[in-house]
Amino acid sequence: MKNKEYVEYVSARSKKSPILMNAVRAFLIGGAICSLGQAIFEFYSVFNSDIKETQSLVSLTLIAIAIILTGIGIFDNIARVAGAGTLVPITGFANAVASSAVDTKSEGFVMGVGAKIFSISGPVILFGTFSGVIYGVIYYICSLIWG
Amino acid sequence: MENNLITLKSSPKILSSYSVAGNKEHNGPLGNYYDEWCADDKFGKSSWEKAESEMQRRALRGALKKASLSDCDLDLILAGDLLNQCVSSTYGLADYNVPYLGLYGACSTCAESIALGACLFDGGIISKCGAITSSHYCSSERQFRYPLEYGGQRAPTAQWTTTGSGAFIIGEKGNVNIEQVMFGRIIDKGISDINNMGAAMAPAVIDTLVRYFDQSGTKPCDFDLIVTGDLGFEGSEIIKDLLLGEGIDVRKNHVDCGLMVFNRETQDVHAGGSGCGCSAIAMASTIIPNLSSGYLKDILFLGTGALMSPMTLFQGETIPAVAHLIRLTHSEE
Amino acid sequence: MLDIIINCLIAFLVGGAFCVIAQVLIDKTKLTPARILVFYVCLGVFLTAIGAYSPLVDIAGCGATVPLTGFGYAIANGVKTAIDEQGPLGILTGGLTGTAGGITAALCLGLVVSLIFKSKPKR
Repeated sequence: MKNKEYVEYVSARSKKSPILMNAVRAFLIGGAICSLGQAIFEFYSVFNSDIKETQSLVSLTLIAIAIILTGIGIFDNIARVAGAGTLVPITGFANAVASSAVDTKSEGFVMGVGAKIFSISGPVILFGTFSGVIYGVIYYICSLIWG
Repeated sequence: MENNLITLKSSPKILSSYSVAGNKEHNGPLGNYYDEWCADDKFGKSSWEKAESEMQRRALRGALKKASLSDCDLDLILAGDLLNQCVSSTYGLADYNVPYLGLYGACSTCAESIALGACLFDGGIISKCGAITSSHYCSSERQFRYPLEYGGQRAPTAQWTTTGSGAFIIGEKGNVNIEQVMFGRIIDKGISDINNMGAAMAPAVIDTLVRYFDQSGTKPCDFDLIVTGDLGFEGSEIIKDLLLGEGIDVRKNHVDCGLMVFNRETQDVHAGGSGCGCSAIAMASTIIPNLSSGYLKDILFLGTGALMSPMTLFQGETIPAVAHLIRLTHSEE
Repeated sequence: MLDIIINCLIAFLVGGAFCVIAQVLIDKTKLTPARILVFYVCLGVFLTAIGAYSPLVDIAGCGATVPLTGFGYAIANGVKTAIDEQGPLGILTGGLTGTAGGITAALCLGLVVSLIFKSKPKR
């Protein structure tokens, strides 16, 4: 059997992820996290009328919740069921940071936690910032031309 | 036709075997057969790597005790694990005052170490040696995949690294005879999916088995069992299917350690167990004692290993695999 | 009260939709979760840049700001605001300013949590 044939044979027979089931779970749990965020937003709005500021506070709250759940070892159990439902909301970013930190403690706080805390979340920060810079350059040039 | 089947004329024996397992393994189908297990998988240590070393230390100590030997009776230790530079073995076995060879064959290391020990015995180079292997879910996960608390989903074909260590003492007395050995060739059929290691390793098993049956003149039905290391569900189905195409039917007597160690229905391990601790604890706790008692008479054991690293995978390489075969028989002394 | 419930429902639907798309991409393509996250952040920056994301935030609220595309939205908004206020230097300072709260909170809390907790064995 040639390599190509074997790879095709394997991918034809191997059990696929249950896409529909996964999608439903991701929708329900991801949606629930966002609507929890909205509920917190409505609550904070009572004290603060600035929408952008309040939205940031909501993100911070969700980050804190996700990190605490990661610390006490519950987050990964939820994520095993939720898949993208916990990955895509800001909770996934927070978990990536916290799980790297907790896990690398045994290698010390500088070369362990300090160096590895970005191991999963780093790409998000890097490419997010980079695309922001590209947008900034275009926006600045446009604002020079059309003032 | 090349001949790379090694028949051991001086019939080396497995004197004793000892298994140390983690909690999830203890809750699995073979739970009651392990010599030792630990409820929190830490074995009283502060890191997962140290815990894995401690398992090896305990496994060798237990196997020596069972054989009523002390470490000065051993001429050599052959040991391996999954971590970089085989550190679990080195740190775990440093206290034993015995010459040491570290081996890396990924999950095939259990078979590799026993086979190598038997060959050295047969060559008259050593008279007793220890073969120890281990893997730990938590240390492997850290090295090969994600941090432990990272929230991710597993593919249905993914396997669960076994927490456990098995030690075997090889010498001239005992009821388990190491009859023949066949080392595997590196086989790479182009699988690059780290979540389907069973499929990456299956061709190596097929290659070794086809060569073995061809060169030894035996048939699958001559054996009580054909035990594979950690093909899991996916790999097991593939070898049964593809070997049938070669005219070799292993459907009746094939078992896989990855499927023995965990219950796939209830333990959320997807395609089954993996890691060099997987075949080590299944062999040490169940197969070897049954061979020793004579319940099993003649078996083939194939240790299967996927020989990639996280770096080669990121570089887009496919997963090479190897499968070493050992024929074990019951012997009345 | 009713409008609060409606807001939560819209957030649920829009946020859930972002998650479903990512889930299908993970299951159907070779994209790993890490690549999905990078893709989502860049997508968020792009959609904000072409002016499509702000209206979505107005409608869906946290349904649009909580998913990682919202992180991209915060970056792009930060860049835009900074350029308007400080000129070209804003190209460099805006992105991280816009997301400073989230990143700093995650890093510092991550460090604190790593002081308190250890990773647990998995069942």
